[in-house]
Amino acid sequence: MTEMLSGGDMLIRSLQDEGVEYIFGYPGGSALHIYDAIFRQQKIEHILVRHEQAATHMADGYARSIGKPGVVLVTSGPGATNAITGIATAYMDSIPMVVIAGQVPRDLIGTDAFQETDMVGISRPVVKHSFMVRDASEIPGIVKKAFHIATTGRPGPVVIDVPKDTTDPAETFEYNYPDSVNLRSYRPAYEGDMGQVKAAVAAILEAKRPVFYVGGGVIQADAKDSLRALVRAVGAPVASTLMGLGAYPGTDELSLGMLGMHGTYEANMAMDDTDLVIALGARFDDRVTNNPDKFSPKAKIIHMDIDPASIDKIVDSHIALVGDAQWVIEAIWAEYQSQVKARSVQQSESQAQYLADWWQQLNGWRKDHGLNHGLKPEQGKAILPQLAVQTLYRVTKGEAFVSSDVGQHQMFAAQYYHFDEPRRWINSGGLGTMGFGLPAAMGVQMGSPQAVVACVTGEGSFMMNMQELSTCLQYGLPIKIINLNNQALGMVKQWQDMQYGGRHSQSSYSDSLPDFKTLVEAFGHVGVKVSDATELDAAMEWAFSEENKKRLVFVDVWVDPHEHVYPMAIKGGAMRDMILSKTQTSGSSS
Amino acid sequence: MRAILAVLLENEAGALSRVVGLFAQRNYNIETLTVAPTEDHTLSRLTLTTSGDQDRITQIIKHLDRLVEVVSVINLCAEEHVERELLLVKVRAVGDARQEVKRSADVFRGQIVDVTSDTYTVQLVGPSQKLDAFISAIGDNGEEATILEVVRSGVSGMGRGNRVLSA
Repeated sequence: MTEMLSGGDMLIRSLQDEGVEYIFGYPGGSALHIYDAIFRQQKIEHILVRHEQAATHMADGYARSIGKPGVVLVTSGPGATNAITGIATAYMDSIPMVVIAGQVPRDLIGTDAFQETDMVGISRPVVKHSFMVRDASEIPGIVKKAFHIATTGRPGPVVIDVPKDTTDPAETFEYNYPDSVNLRSYRPAYEGDMGQVKAAVAAILEAKRPVFYVGGGVIQADAKDSLRALVRAVGAPVASTLMGLGAYPGTDELSLGMLGMHGTYEANMAMDDTDLVIALGARFDDRVTNNPDKFSPKAKIIHMDIDPASIDKIVDSHIALVGDAQWVIEAIWAEYQSQVKARSVQQSESQAQYLADWWQQLNGWRKDHGLNHGLKPEQGKAILPQLAVQTLYRVTKGEAFVSSDVGQHQMFAAQYYHFDEPRRWINSGGLGTMGFGLPAAMGVQMGSPQAVVACVTGEGSFMMNMQELSTCLQYGLPIKIINLNNQALGMVKQWQDMQYGGRHSQSSYSDSLPDFKTLVEAFGHVGVKVSDATELDAAMEWAFSEENKKRLVFVDVWVDPHEHVYPMAIKGGAMRDMILSKTQTSGSSS
Repeated sequence: MRAILAVLLENEAGALSRVVGLFAQRNYNIETLTVAPTEDHTLSRLTLTTSGDQDRITQIIKHLDRLVEVVSVINLCAEEHVERELLLVKVRAVGDARQEVKRSADVFRGQIVDVTSDTYTVQLVGPSQKLDAFISAIGDNGEEATILEVVRSGVSGMGRGNRVLSA
């Protein structure tokens, strides 16, 4: 017997049938029939946030950390517009998300009704796709399509705009959730081209100084095992993008760490000197390449991406591979095994020699200007933000999920916390959204209730979504917030120091900061302020101690406000052109 | 480089706005745009002219193809093709110019589709350059012939021979 359900009930039932565990949302007039449907069921838990932006970041953090799509529910008008920043954040980093927005009833659309906004229109540039429900009977089919589109190919956010009258409890429809989706206009590539795979392997075997350039696409495709097998078989170094950290283990000797604007010296030098870039699930972002005309000048470029539009967008590739990272990397690995077998002893020996020479060069760079991971607290001296991240790394044994906001603290976290597993590093790479860190950490904790979750933030970013401390109390989320407090918008200030003669225009508020310990206590949590380097260890140990296992702890670390993030790419230069410290540069300008 | 992009698109509300939005968002220009349902009413066919170097045209095609509602897209200019545009032009023509305008219309194989004592409305079909040439020829007739109004349909086109754009 087919069930007869209202539009609102069909919507929630469809989400249940899609296997949704959590909805992150905030109610309002146009969404109330849907909220009533939520009230009358048990399967899906709704998480009530304090601001819709936070709902989207929570769904996003949930999705990034466990690989399932995040689901958001907001009302029309301001509810919908508040969600836009989070949708754009997910779009830029290709995160699967389904955002359901209430809309005014169909007969009021276009009349400037109360809380009406054209959500499909306003979100269009920042969604993978969107739907407007025109008839309640379409709801199950639209939900199925939305999840299919959000999670396949290059993932991304999908918006469903739901006019209130299509969820009216008074009207019921036959409910059937479709088993499959067939969209003639949407068939993302999965398998790569074997001819290109063969060409890629031949190029790898010819290369003398190859480097893997690994991005978030490898993580999205859950291709870490294939990646690791391939890298180890080839024996070439791995430079990771900000989004790709953890795909290859950060502590492995073949890892050069992060590349790009604030990448390591050795990673950027390797990219400049290499004769073969093997780009896997990365998109040659401007924060990676610096000046694309000077990018890897001696190299042949293999570019693998699931999105054909990423290929040849910024940097022309010699060998293009469109397909799923898992499929393609495994195919390259298998082809590599067979081509290696066919090689003569002499060929293999000379290949080994080239790689040995390359590693000698790489290790030399690492020795000369690599990051100092052995910082020690010095009495009476300001706390270096790098030391705070290093301490966090040690205390959490490198196993925490770490979310971050945007700015200096984000770069320090990326540089000094070595991620050995994918989906542990949760940050807004593409859009660079301040206010992302706390709600994203909350989404991570919802998805992995037993995990240790830290949010490395700065006081500027934290204050953009700190209202969520209240949500953390409501749902008992024991997040550890590590606030690298430099009493200023650190990255803005760094640029002003370097490019604007030290004129700190609107980047400081040091005389008006709240006392964060008291602030979090007012929200029902605990906090500690650390301003002496010698107290850092104890404070961090306490934050992650058994005593605080079930509590949110805020560690307010007062760091050296004058510290800059280095290395830093020299604008318009090649990847070897870096500022290494306040007094040192490298590359053609040194 | 000029490109004529032929796009098959799901005939759904909002699909056209995604195509137009893409061009604005990525700083591509649209020179002409024409769209109508095909013999299969679930599909619309859109013809769009733009320009840019080869890399840019390739990116535009890839981004169009990425839109969920775009079923297929080709650049007609990449191969032999037929292109046509419809022009309606209303000309004020008096005195000697009345004969001149009529003669020009004949030379260009245009048709006079409406007439008053001092105006002609001429319909002309052809490649865009032919339409441009006609407009400039009419304009050369001095003060006795003045263009009052011009409307152009934008380019439509198809590949020559067996080449077919299908879903």
